[in-house]
Amino acid sequence: MNKTCLNSQHIELGGKMVDFGGWEMPLNYGSQIDEHHCVRNDAGMFDVSHMCVVDIKGNSSQDFLRFLIANDVKKLTSKGQALYSCMLNESGGVIDDLITYYLNDDFYRLVVNAGTTEKDLDWISKQSEEFDVSINHRKDLAMIAVQGPNAISKTYQAIPGTEEICRNLKPFHAVSIGSLFIARTGYTGEDGFEIILPEKSAEFTWKMLIDTGVKPCGLGARDTLRLEAGMSLYGSEMDDSVSPLECNLSWTVDLNDKDRKFNGKDALESLKSAGTKYTVSGLILNDKGVIRDHQKVITNQGEGEVTSGSFSPTIGKSIALARLPKESSGECNIEVRNKLLSAKIVKPPFVRNGKILV
Amino acid sequence: MSDIRDDRQYTKTHEWVMNNGDGTFTLGITDHAQELLGDMVFVELPASGDEISAESEFCVVESVKAASGVYAPSDLEVVEVNESLEDEPELVNSSCYDDGWLVKFKSGDLGELLSSEDYQEVVDSE
Repeated sequence: MNKTCLNSQHIELGGKMVDFGGWEMPLNYGSQIDEHHCVRNDAGMFDVSHMCVVDIKGNSSQDFLRFLIANDVKKLTSKGQALYSCMLNESGGVIDDLITYYLNDDFYRLVVNAGTTEKDLDWISKQSEEFDVSINHRKDLAMIAVQGPNAISKTYQAIPGTEEICRNLKPFHAVSIGSLFIARTGYTGEDGFEIILPEKSAEFTWKMLIDTGVKPCGLGARDTLRLEAGMSLYGSEMDDSVSPLECNLSWTVDLNDKDRKFNGKDALESLKSAGTKYTVSGLILNDKGVIRDHQKVITNQGEGEVTSGSFSPTIGKSIALARLPKESSGECNIEVRNKLLSAKIVKPPFVRNGKILV
Repeated sequence: MSDIRDDRQYTKTHEWVMNNGDGTFTLGITDHAQELLGDMVFVELPASGDEISAESEFCVVESVKAASGVYAPSDLEVVEVNESLEDEPELVNSSCYDDGWLVKFKSGDLGELLSSEDYQEVVDSE
């Protein structure tokens, strides 16, 4: 099994290690719910070094990325600016979702999912054949996400010099100095940083953050936090067979430039003119119980399916994301162990910056 | 290391059963089981008076991570359920052998259950 460079730290901290897509990662270090609350109320951190960093360099970098992904990197005008988007296959299904950071006209950094790394790298390299770019999978880098209302101030305390370079860093932007790359992005719905750094500095930085009172958090809390934040998870809300137009990710697709060709564009345009049938919406359970993945949902427009169901520690009720027939609204029923439970259809996010929004 | 107590018996499916000495038995899930499941958020219990057949799933404990069935060790009749779990499912984590019990039941023939030593072997073999 693959291990990140922080593996021994997780074990020392009592992390409950599980197989996550071929990576041995901590599910929690005790209580997943405590870790969740810590990120909402203070500051927590996640080892996300299993995620894959890919640097794209060369004169045709922009042209290549405008072809590779469904959002338009031409929008990225200030250095360090980030863009969330999907790579699509020819039939418009999602190969992966990713963040693209614009560093220079000839240098972009992509961060893609761990579980799809191999598939993504094959695809990216195949698509790049006609372009003058180099593709570099940065296996030498680690990534630590520090998240929560106190994440930024605690990072400043823990890592000397970061305040000077991040003071003016806007949300969804990154700054790099030497081999340290700090992005004001995340997957929790809270403010904070995703810090990309050389593997050899990761353990030291991790320990400095712990000493400053940043609590290590596992994949369990990461999942309930992203679910409350209404963020999609590859393999749950979308995959190779789902169009971004049918999973509430239309905002990550840019069809404005008629002259721009990109993978999946024709399929998106024909789906758009034929009319989409599904979307991804939020659910809050009225009854007691817990909504789980793949349960059947019955709405006023027909049947759907839960894509991510769990318990929301912040709200104290079960919540879910579900693939539902478009225009589904109001109350719905969810089939849980041969019973029908009642839920309300809502627009995600459920929680942002510590506040309940639904 | 999970806690296994020698004042009660166990099942292969990670329930514990305690003889109350008054013709009733108390049942809950073991420390090993609660540790595997993680933070408990909901417990679905049968009703007092329900008659349950052996090996059927008659309670569900749900953690943030997963739902897990709790199985009847024998044909039994539920005589009491732990109502405090409705508001405090986390008692199953903090006190699985005491305050976090699930049901009390009567049973004509409890059949063969595991001793604490035998249950320790089950846990070790996982």
